[in-house]
Amino acid sequence: MEIKEIQQEIVEEFSMFDDWMQRYEYMIELGKSLPLIDEKYKTDDNIIKGCQSKVWVHAELENDKLVFTADSDAIITKGIIAILIRAFSDQKPQNIIEADTEFIDEIGLKEHLSPNRANGLVSMIKQLKLYAVAYQTQLN
Amino acid sequence: MLDVQKIRKDFPILKREVNGKLLVYLDNAATSQTPKQVMDAIVDYYSNYNANIHRGVHTLSQEATDKYEAARHKIQNHFNAAESHEIIFTSGTTHSINLVANGFSTLLEKGDELLVSAMEHHSNIVPWQMLAERTGAILKVIPMNLEGELLMDKYDDLLSDKTRLVFCNHISNALGTINPIEEIIQKAHGVGAAVLIDGAQAAPHIKVDVQKLDIDFYTVSAHKMCGPTGVGMLYGKEEWLNKLPPYQGGGEMIAEVTFEKTTYAELPHKFEAGTPNICGGIAFGAALDYMNSIGFEAIAAYEHELLEYATQKLLDIDGLKIYGTAKNKTSVISFNIEGIHPYDIGTILDKLGIAVRTGHHCAQPIMDFYGIPGTVRASFCFYNTKKEVDALVAGVKRAVNMLL
Ligand SMILES: Cc1ncc(COP(=O)(O)O)c(C=O)c1O
Repeated sequence: MEIKEIQQEIVEEFSMFDDWMQRYEYMIELGKSLPLIDEKYKTDDNIIKGCQSKVWVHAELENDKLVFTADSDAIITKGIIAILIRAFSDQKPQNIIEADTEFIDEIGLKEHLSPNRANGLVSMIKQLKLYAVAYQTQLN
Repeated sequence: MLDVQKIRKDFPILKREVNGKLLVYLDNAATSQTPKQVMDAIVDYYSNYNANIHRGVHTLSQEATDKYEAARHKIQNHFNAAESHEIIFTSGTTHSINLVANGFSTLLEKGDELLVSAMEHHSNIVPWQMLAERTGAILKVIPMNLEGELLMDKYDDLLSDKTRLVFCNHISNALGTINPIEEIIQKAHGVGAAVLIDGAQAAPHIKVDVQKLDIDFYTVSAHKMCGPTGVGMLYGKEEWLNKLPPYQGGGEMIAEVTFEKTTYAELPHKFEAGTPNICGGIAFGAALDYMNSIGFEAIAAYEHELLEYATQKLLDIDGLKIYGTAKNKTSVISFNIEGIHPYDIGTILDKLGIAVRTGHHCAQPIMDFYGIPGTVRASFCFYNTKKEVDALVAGVKRAVNMLL
């Protein structure tokens, strides 16, 4: 599926919830089920700076697609990562670079996009895109 | 006894809603809210006498200068400084500490020793590390125990005739500990060392007498005591302020300027280069007036009651651990719940309209000491209520239910 389609799917899923409680409970569930990163990639080098909770991201090229695995020590953060990974992982780097992130707003998680340094979402998205740029260069 | 319902009416922000819930503001150690009396002072300044100070002959400039200097006198009286020129207006505690640390670069020699407490805010660590790097002075740490109290016998061991400076906060922002600054100062003076006390967290809760405590330097941020951001003060004993070189050069701080040589202005202007935060200084004075109209004894008694109530209620929650259990502490409660990241609790509390701080509170060495990534910190002000404490406790319970 294309990034846009996946994002649309996530937006539809979240539209079933009536209030923040249900949204957050769902995110917490997602967080708990996040496929964990291989322990060997949980290094300081792979920590995303700018998050209050620790976030590790690892990227690997499989054929022409970029696959992300990640983890965090905070569960809500993990939920957010799970959503991001679902939208961006297993995609061509060029498509990741070009993808927009408005769906975050649409699913009611806008507060996590604030430039407040406590929220790591902005840094997380930046990091995913940086990986995509790096691997795209490699592919060229 | 203070009338908290009446006081709350002075703070318009306490009526606002966050995420559909009435705001419960428990992040007072980060910054306090502003009463309308202080807002009125700000509006009055910009409506009636906004002008640059100390330079104009016109009426507005005279009035602004008078009000600004009157604020300095209020601050002097409040902290009982001997002279008004011992009160330097700064942009806040961070600026105040940097001013002193910078000044000491000309007074230190390689091998001189600086003592820092283990529970400092980064702004009372980093400027001194920079100073140590510049001068070759050595930074040593006064350790603390698990309750978050300084080990005074270790302090005795660290003090020597090499000690030139000791710096310590009066109250820890992360733990709430009230440090025994009187003893710290006396002992430092015993070996001829100067002492800087970071009063950012103490000034909002305690009335401090700088002469009685024989303090060399004391720093305050107005925004933590009902004043605006971007203004604060450095108190320095005259003899020390005269020894320190100016920090920044510019207008206001000079006596005479030629291209060959510039002579500096007298205190306090020597340290006040450029157009200051005039409105902020005046509003800082208004904030002191406001707090004094409630009375610091009443404030301390009430906040202590809130602290005891909240501590007891929070400890009823399974797996909750409080960091900072000093016998002598203010209304700050740093805590964690086993198996839950502080960030997650803070996020859920925010959804419930409850503002707390999460993270390392700009005091990473303290978090390293306890081996934790951070804490949730609730800090109470005299406008908070027991009902708000109940909301916090209920919120934490709800977060635990969702997260575990
Ligand atoms: C103990 C302590 N010192 C210093 C500071 C820094 O104050 P400011 O950011 O107002 O300069 C703070 C504020 O968080 C503090 O709590």
